[in-house]
Amino acid sequence: MNEAAIPDSTTAVETAVDLRREFNEVGIGEVLDELDRELIGLKPVKTRIREIAALLLIERLRKRMGLATGNPTLHMSFTGNPGTGKTTVALRIAAILHKLGFVRRGHVVSVTRDELVGQYIGHTAPKTKEVLKKAMGGVLFIDEAYYLYRPDNERDYGQEAIEILLQVMENQRDDLVVILAGYGDRMDKFFASNPGFRSRIAHHIDFPDYSDDELLSIAELMLTEQNYKFSADAEAAFVRYIALRKTQPLFSNARSIRNALDRIRLRQANRLVSDLDRVLTADDIMTLEASDVLASRVFEKGSEEK
Amino acid sequence: MRVTQGCFSFLPDLTDEQITSQVQYALGKGWAVNIEFTDDPHPRNTYWEMWGLPMFDLQDAAGVLMELNECRKIYGDRYIRLSAFDSSPGWESVRLSFIVNRPKEEPGFRLERQESDGRNTRYTTKSYAVDRPEGRRYGGS
Repeated sequence: MNEAAIPDSTTAVETAVDLRREFNEVGIGEVLDELDRELIGLKPVKTRIREIAALLLIERLRKRMGLATGNPTLHMSFTGNPGTGKTTVALRIAAILHKLGFVRRGHVVSVTRDELVGQYIGHTAPKTKEVLKKAMGGVLFIDEAYYLYRPDNERDYGQEAIEILLQVMENQRDDLVVILAGYGDRMDKFFASNPGFRSRIAHHIDFPDYSDDELLSIAELMLTEQNYKFSADAEAAFVRYIALRKTQPLFSNARSIRNALDRIRLRQANRLVSDLDRVLTADDIMTLEASDVLASRVFEKGSEEK
Repeated sequence: MRVTQGCFSFLPDLTDEQITSQVQYALGKGWAVNIEFTDDPHPRNTYWEMWGLPMFDLQDAAGVLMELNECRKIYGDRYIRLSAFDSSPGWESVRLSFIVNRPKEEPGFRLERQESDGRNTRYTTKSYAVDRPEGRRYGGS
């Protein structure tokens, strides 16, 4: 009896493992560092991902040591305001899961209601199944998942898609990881009306809004990637821009910042072209000036209010 | 009599694991995998019935296996084969085709001789299974 319970040297593959070596071998250290470097802020998200990565690493070791394990449930839900990096993080998660060997291919299939729900009777099931088949071995990312369920229309085909999803999420946990994403309050409502979903998802991760400082760092990171930079004045102006923009409606965090930068680049190009006789240096072309930032509508509106 | 058509047909029946790796090989080459079934085992019966559309853009064999198991649930008493289509020449052409499911009993074929003009004889192979109507050939309901 006792002999059977304790894995002895003949049955167990290994009895001791070097955790650091294993960590390096798997190569998730890189992915996690990249996550820290390239994603600004998002403290709770990063903590959670580290925890999941640690669990998966230990799970892997346990499997190698012959300790019985069921594969952990990896389905997740990401909630947060627009532009808080849900899609970006989903891509990273897929890479981490792939490195640890919990998904076989590590690709992400990103879908919304349109790709899952059909338009007439009998159209939904094949459509949903096709998407599921494409996502097998990787991660299925369902953006704005709450649109799947339309409580106002009881004959909506969304319910059929939900049922197929739930079935596959339960039966083929080894083949597929499902990540649902959406805005916080509406996702809560969605889960409240579909309790099956809530219980099948192990990790509920909330994405916080970015602070002003974080938004500035994000802007600078984006500019560096595109080989642009702020002049000192422009940076000060952009700090004011962020503060003003946040108070206005339809602010969507990093996405608004990206759009603002695109418009600033437009104005910079226009400014440079307006003076055709000038000789430009590389530095001139790279630098965004305060005037490019200040021409934004956000400032007009802000000054009117004051 | 054991029907031998397509690849691997002289080997023992493939296990699910072996099927998975064959499918994965096909997907790795960028081929679309299709499931077909029939209860008419005549070698000249090339057009089998399709189980849904060929599966395009798959990354992993698990999706094909899911469909195959669905198909086996309903048509488990018939022949089921997987074909892999390569579209790189500009049209879809079969690159790999193998049987993944066969009836428990395969009654085999008989040879019919037709005496025709003079001393000529015409030969026909006929499966014993097709004597029964479609759908009931292999003990199906």
